[in-house]
Amino acid sequence: MTRPLPKFLAAMATAAMLAILAGCGSTTTSSSTNSVAAADCTPDKMQTHTAGELTVATDKPAYPPYFLNNDPANGKGFESATAYAIANRLGYAPSDVNWVTEPFNSSYAPGPKDFDFDVNQISITPARAQHVDFSAPYYTANQAVVAAKGSSAASAKTLADLKDATIGVQLGTTSLDAVNTQIQPSTQPKVFNDSNDVVTALKENQVDAIVTDLPTALYITAVQVPDGTVVGQFSAPGGDQWGALLAKGSPLTPCVSLAIDELRSSGELQRIETRWMSQAANAPTLK
Amino acid sequence: MTASEATLGRRAARETAKRRRARRGQAIAAVSSLIVIGGLIALAVTSPGWPTVRDTFFSWSAFKDSFPDVAKAFWLDIKMFCVIEAAVLVVGMVVALVRTSQAAALFPLRLLAAVFVDVFRGVPVILLVYLVGFGIPALELSGLPSDPIILGGVALTLSYSAYVAEVYRSGIASIHRGQRDAALAIGLTEGQALRHVILPQAVRRVGPPLLNDFIALQKDVALVSILGVVEAFRQAQIISSSTFNYTALVGAALLYLCVTIPLSRVLDRWGIGGRRV
Repeated sequence: MTRPLPKFLAAMATAAMLAILAGCGSTTTSSSTNSVAAADCTPDKMQTHTAGELTVATDKPAYPPYFLNNDPANGKGFESATAYAIANRLGYAPSDVNWVTEPFNSSYAPGPKDFDFDVNQISITPARAQHVDFSAPYYTANQAVVAAKGSSAASAKTLADLKDATIGVQLGTTSLDAVNTQIQPSTQPKVFNDSNDVVTALKENQVDAIVTDLPTALYITAVQVPDGTVVGQFSAPGGDQWGALLAKGSPLTPCVSLAIDELRSSGELQRIETRWMSQAANAPTLK
Repeated sequence: MTASEATLGRRAARETAKRRRARRGQAIAAVSSLIVIGGLIALAVTSPGWPTVRDTFFSWSAFKDSFPDVAKAFWLDIKMFCVIEAAVLVVGMVVALVRTSQAAALFPLRLLAAVFVDVFRGVPVILLVYLVGFGIPALELSGLPSDPIILGGVALTLSYSAYVAEVYRSGIASIHRGQRDAALAIGLTEGQALRHVILPQAVRRVGPPLLNDFIALQKDVALVSILGVVEAFRQAQIISSSTFNYTALVGAALLYLCVTIPLSRVLDRWGIGGRRV
């Protein structure tokens, strides 16, 4: 005798779901390139998460060469050094910089953020920019293929040579798009949670090759997989520029962008890059 | 009015009253659900963050773009679920039979079965998937599978067999000893008594808890994604992390519901049937 009730509830739930789905309007992309005067970007004028301090986020574990010893606060590694340089530009002493852990997958969740900006090798794309703010880019990454020395994938001369390889990539990276559009492999790429799992899969021959950004590839072959070799590099579709991630509409975005632009024009950004990123001159370009 | 007519009249009156009560119950249930569910929806929709949540979790355009890929990947979940479930039913039964065996000579096997259940039921499933998936290929033994779909399936089979073995065992233990004695008395052997008398009753009795484990397994198939397998959850994660829009994950959740809700209804019906017997 209670049978009609579940049907009634199910119908109601379905109706509610449809109403929610139907109710979504189009999203508007607001440009974050508002110009701002350097005078407005000082610790006493900027509305940071904690007044007078700069709260910077990254994921844990934080990987070399972007962070060293899994400790973003030591100022070592490309992104740690860049974050401190941005802080310095904006007038914050190193002791005023707080680091918090923000997993990549939650960094773009709606709602208030626990950080002022997030540096985590995050690629800027138009789709992503609908939901978060990105600063001006601080790095442009090439993609690289890593395979075990002596394997057939290691002897690839062109991207087409990798068509039949099983390729591993990390979730949430532009590497997967790069693989699907540039290599178009016959086997579906395997997609792992983090960089360590990708490396493990390569070591255990669960994949023939992995694709990652070039600095990571150089680090992997230098430290984690001595048997591995960088087969070559190629550029991701549309270029792969990394920016700091901020809450959508954050008042700090113009300031962080301004700081990065100044770091670039003063040559400091290039010095940080040279200091922490291995030079990739010898990695052949795959076409 | 004869005595039997009076009885019929009273019965009819009782039926009418019962129907009236049922109708009133339904009306109250409908109104109260409308208030509660409507209130919850209103609360969500009027919250300050709702426009953002709507665009990031319930975007129709993102749903349209992502759903076909997620649905295609979901087919892999279904296939894995069917194969793993079949393996679990067999392995679980073997472990349960070993654990309920009486022969003194089988003690080492009983010990192994007990350890099997303790270990594989005691370790978080995600950890087991991870250890089997990355640990077995690390052995570099030839002949062992290295396909993450198979390894993930093995891990899930180990875990769920431990649960299902205990469900079977409770079913076997619930069959009265007299059933076995009666079977032996009419000339069946121990094995025949088990096969033809005890197990058919035991398995029937534990149907609902078994189906409960099926539903849990159907959802846990998504854990194989940590080994790099692109099934529905992973496909949805890929899309949502590349677009920063969670709608694809909502789509994946709907797909899981499409399987688990019908299974739950079967379970409900089975439960009602069980009470009637």
